[in-house]
Amino acid sequence: MSGLVLQTAADLAGLIAAGEVSAHEVVAAHFERIAQVEPQVQAFLALDEERALAAADRVDAKLAAGEKLGPLAGVPLGLKDIFTYQGLPCTVGSRILEGWHPPYDATVVKRLLDADLIIVGKVNMDEFAMGSSTESSAYKVTHNPWNLDYIPGGSSGGSAAALAAFEVALSVGTDTGGSIRQPAAVNSLVGVKPTYGSNSRFGVVAMASSLDVPGPFGRTVLDAALLHEAISGYDPMDSTSLNLPIPPVAQAARSGEIKGYRIGVVKELGGEGYAPGVLQRFNESLALLESAGAEIAEISCPHFTYALGAYYLIMPSEVSSNLARFDAMRYGIRVGDDGKRSAEEVMNLTRGAGFGAEVKRRVIIGTYALSAGYYDAYYGSALKVRTLIQQDFDAAFAKVDVLVSPTSPTTAWKIGERLDDPLAMYKADLCTIPANLAGICAASIPVGLSSENGLPVGFQIMAPAMADDRLYRVGAALERGVADAFGGPVLNQLIGSPAWDALSAQAVAARFPNIILGLAENLS
Amino acid sequence: MALSPDDVARLARLARIDLSQAELEHLAPQLDVILESVAEVSKVAADDVKPTSHAIEIANVFREDEVRPSFTAQQALSGAPVKESGRFRVPQILQEDE
Repeated sequence: MSGLVLQTAADLAGLIAAGEVSAHEVVAAHFERIAQVEPQVQAFLALDEERALAAADRVDAKLAAGEKLGPLAGVPLGLKDIFTYQGLPCTVGSRILEGWHPPYDATVVKRLLDADLIIVGKVNMDEFAMGSSTESSAYKVTHNPWNLDYIPGGSSGGSAAALAAFEVALSVGTDTGGSIRQPAAVNSLVGVKPTYGSNSRFGVVAMASSLDVPGPFGRTVLDAALLHEAISGYDPMDSTSLNLPIPPVAQAARSGEIKGYRIGVVKELGGEGYAPGVLQRFNESLALLESAGAEIAEISCPHFTYALGAYYLIMPSEVSSNLARFDAMRYGIRVGDDGKRSAEEVMNLTRGAGFGAEVKRRVIIGTYALSAGYYDAYYGSALKVRTLIQQDFDAAFAKVDVLVSPTSPTTAWKIGERLDDPLAMYKADLCTIPANLAGICAASIPVGLSSENGLPVGFQIMAPAMADDRLYRVGAALERGVADAFGGPVLNQLIGSPAWDALSAQAVAARFPNIILGLAENLS
Repeated sequence: MALSPDDVARLARLARIDLSQAELEHLAPQLDVILESVAEVSKVAADDVKPTSHAIEIANVFREDEVRPSFTAQQALSGAPVKESGRFRVPQILQEDE
């Protein structure tokens, strides 16, 4: 393994810009690492080695010609398979889109390419981003690099696992109810859900449109901030895009100054149902922030108790409507078209065969919540709870600069453990959902390993809409405090551990084909 | 409230999803538990609370009504499960007796 893969994204870009190493060498080193650990981690759905190396060569040529490039030029990145990117299939982890090659690029993808980041491939996810373990992917089970028997979180589990296994230096995900923050927490990464509307949804396969937002993963707070700046900003192609300047997040990440900052601990997000090992690290982190000069206070947000219920009505309602577009007519697979069956029968058969269990559950819940006679009690009530949660946030942010909680009530769990217990799975997002319902921004910062099982714990920071810089400022302060306490970044504890050796136990020399997924098998 | 496999079958028909009997029987109790747990939202949804359908309110986003670059027919058809003479080919929409 080349030492290059252990560098931060900011340092890699610095080395490339200074001519110490070529972008080609950096990208090639990551593909070597992928060949070594991917058989164990299983984070990727498609790899794009040839194009990635050609893009790296272009970065090297531009630098040789004296061009000044962006702060992440030449850095290899993993892209969640929810973004359209011409030249690679876009499956969203679902059979219903198997073999679909989108004819356009997502705005986030365009911005990544414009910033000279190198997309090495597309990473695994829960089907249509529905899940907290990446197990609902129709294609493969992704493993947590800290312990291969455990889930990598979800829905952006591939984005997180690839980054924690040092297969990429950065990755991009999407967050609807915690799908960036929870996988970041269970893999010991920085994951940020930006303010809703500050990152374009154009070219992101929709799950719940009023909640979905793309965002960055990094191994450090600064890496995440640099990626945040590269992908964010107004996009006229997304009608919910905010035409406002992006706050100076990289500057905040470099500063980390929190003297006099008021930090509110959400009373309702802790206590019973939370793992002692998670609460222990959370409380230690509060002490670190306090010694960095912050003032800590407890804040009550009484309606957060109802957030999970409201979310599991609003999200499935939007899902049932959004997923109606998968009708077997214009793209995706078609099943049972024998020349005799009607369009409606073919639609039924295709959706029955193409959607997995979790997608079916949510579409049916949404159909129920929106149906005549139940609309007011379910969907209507959930929209009111959304107002109450926003009011809780408004009242809290009048008193404090940021709110904090554990990112998730527990660490990662064993693969398969919650697969047939939807409610247990949903509870992984208990702490992350309120931020999505209110549209505010939030982040998860690594704060150490649980003393119960040695698995990573995440610390959630929430800030008002368009105050994303506060996440990075507090995140950087915490990152420094944790590094001082543990003698280095938490992720360093993975390197050289037995789990690290297990990652490359069955190293294979053979390179992967450029695209793992073939065209759709004929299911009919 | 108890959701029966028959109720689920009706909802699946509305959602245009073909489900086997085994799936219906497996899903019904799971959906029942989920719905029971989310029903708590009605407890705090008083009449005087205004509903919020979107996190950040934006209304009436307009653009100039002008011709802009868009997909070619070939691009639009590139993902079609079946195409014919530059069009999407779909199964029959109307039955013989309709």
